[in-house]
Amino acid sequence: MKEITVISGKGGTGKTSITASFAVLAQNHVMADCDVDAANLHILLSPEIKAKHNFWGMPKVEIDAEKCSGCGICEDLCRYGAIKDGAVNSMECEGCRVCYHACPEKAIRLVESLAGEYYISKTRFGPFVHARLGVAQENSGKLVAEVRRQARELAQKEGRDLIITDGPPGIGCPVISSLGGTDLAVVVVEPTISSIHDLDRVLKLTEHFNVKTAVCINKWDLNLRNSSTIEEACLNMNIPVIGRIGYDITFMAAVMERKPVIQMTSSVVDNIVSLWHNAEGILNS
Amino acid sequence: MKITVASGKGGTGKTTVAVGMALALQADGNRVTFLDCDVEEPNGHIFIKPDIQKNEDVFIDVPEINLEKCDFCGKCSEICAFNALLVAGESVVVFHELCHGCGGCNYFCPKGAVTLIPKKIGTIEMGTAAEGLNFAHGQLEIGVPLSPPLVDAVKKKQNGGITIIDAPPGTSCPAVHTVRETDFCLLVTEPTPFGLNDLALAVEMTRALDVPCGILVNRAREGWDIIDKYCKQNNLKILMKIPLSREIAGAYSKGIPLTFLDKEWGVAFRRLFRDIREMVESERNNRHQW
Repeated sequence: MKEITVISGKGGTGKTSITASFAVLAQNHVMADCDVDAANLHILLSPEIKAKHNFWGMPKVEIDAEKCSGCGICEDLCRYGAIKDGAVNSMECEGCRVCYHACPEKAIRLVESLAGEYYISKTRFGPFVHARLGVAQENSGKLVAEVRRQARELAQKEGRDLIITDGPPGIGCPVISSLGGTDLAVVVVEPTISSIHDLDRVLKLTEHFNVKTAVCINKWDLNLRNSSTIEEACLNMNIPVIGRIGYDITFMAAVMERKPVIQMTSSVVDNIVSLWHNAEGILNS
Repeated sequence: MKITVASGKGGTGKTTVAVGMALALQADGNRVTFLDCDVEEPNGHIFIKPDIQKNEDVFIDVPEINLEKCDFCGKCSEICAFNALLVAGESVVVFHELCHGCGGCNYFCPKGAVTLIPKKIGTIEMGTAAEGLNFAHGQLEIGVPLSPPLVDAVKKKQNGGITIIDAPPGTSCPAVHTVRETDFCLLVTEPTPFGLNDLALAVEMTRALDVPCGILVNRAREGWDIIDKYCKQNNLKILMKIPLSREIAGAYSKGIPLTFLDKEWGVAFRRLFRDIREMVESERNNRHQW
C-alpha cells in the first residue's frame, strides 16, 4: 500500500483543490483529510457519512472543593499557570496530570474531554476518512494519527492500494503527524516570497523526517521570476518539480461550485493531469 | 490596545492585513508593535523588513536520566501523560519531541535521577522597522512539534501603544494561544465555501475565548456573497473588503505591502482601525454596565 500526502507550509496555496483532483484521477484509493483543524476537502467531495466516532482528547482536571485543603502544591507545580486560587482554567491546562498525581488530598480528578469527531464516509471518488477537531481543542496531532490509522485499515479491508492525504499547513505537530511513513510528500508552493520562505522550512522538515518529496508550483505565471527561483532551489536540493499550474481563478470558481477543479473547463486541467502522472510515476518507481 | 488578525483557513490574507494596518498606523504617527505569532511559517518580516537587533532563544525543560541513580522503577514513564519516557529493562528512552516540559518526571522520581535540561524550541527575533514601529517574531525549530510556548513568548514582547498580532491559521492550540487575552480579533476570510466553513470555526473560537471579533473579506467579488449572508444571520460586522485582483496578488508575490501599492489603502486601514477601536470601546462600556 502507498500513501501520498499533499502539504504546503504556507496555507491557501491550493492543497485541497489539488488533492480533490487527485481523487478524481486516481483509482482504487482511499482519501483522508488530515487538516483536522480547518478541514475543507469534504466540501469538494460531498461525502455521505457512514460512521461517526468520538475522538477523546487528553483528560483535563477538576478540583473537588470539598476535599481541597488549599495547600497550593498543585498551583506551585503547574508549569502552565492553569491553576489559580483552587480553580483550573481548562484553556491553559495541558493535560499533564502532574497536579493529579501530586495532590496529597486526592482532590483532583480527571475529566474525559470530547475533543472532536472522525468520520468514515462514502464519496463519488471512493471512501473518505475525515475529522473535525472541536474548536479551541488540543491534540490535533493525535487526531491526525487516528485519521491515518482509519484510512489504512479501510484500505486494507477493501483491498485498496493507495491513500491520498490532504495535509495541514505549517511545520508543527499536525504536519509532523501527517508525514510519518508516507511514501511521497507533494509540496504545493506559489511563486510569492512568503511561500518561497515557507517552502524552505517545509523542505527542511521533510528532509529531517526523511520523507521523499516533490514540489508543485501553483499560480506559476503569477511571478515568473519567483517561479524560476523555486525551480533553481529545487534543482540544487535535488527535489523534482513535478507540476506547474497556471494562475487561474477557476480554482476559486470550482470551490464556489463545490467540485474538484479538474472537473471544470480550464487550461489548468491539463496541468493537474500531468502533475498526477508525475506523482504516480514517483510512487511506482 | 491589542488586535489579533486571525483566520481559520490559511492563505486568506492575514499577513497582508496585519502588515497593512501596522504600516498605516505607524505612518500616521502612532507607536506600533507588530508581533508575528505564526511561528511555524512567519512571513510578516518579508513585508515589514525590520532591522533585527536582538535574538532570544526559547526553551522548554526536558528530562535527562542519570543512569547511576536510576533503578528503572518506571515511575516517570507511568506518570508522563505524553508518553515521552519509556523504561525497558535496564534502559530509559526519552523522546524529547513528545515532551511538553511539565516537569512531572523530575518531581516524582523517587531516586532523584531525573534532571531537567533546557531544549531549544525556537528563537525570537526583535527589531525595529520605520520610526515607531517595533517588530518581533518567533521561528519554531524545524522538527519541533510544540509551538504554543513560543507563541506565548512572542506575545510577551508587547511594548505599549498599538499591538498588531499576526496569528497562525487554524483554531487549535497555536491560534488559541495567540488570540486569547487580546482586545479584538479581526478574522480574515474569502468568499468561498472554504472561507465560510473555516470562518464559522474561527468565530466559534473567538466566542469560546470571549474576544470580540469583526470580519474582513479578502478576494471579494461581485455576486460572491456567502460571507455577507452568514455575517447578517450571525450578527457579525464586515469591517472591510479587499477585491480579488491579480495586481494585488502580484504585489504580494514580490513582498510589497498594500499601503505601498496605493495610498488609498493607508486611508482604508486607518478607517478599519478606527472602527475596531469603536467596537472595543463600546464592548468595554457594555461590560461595565453588566
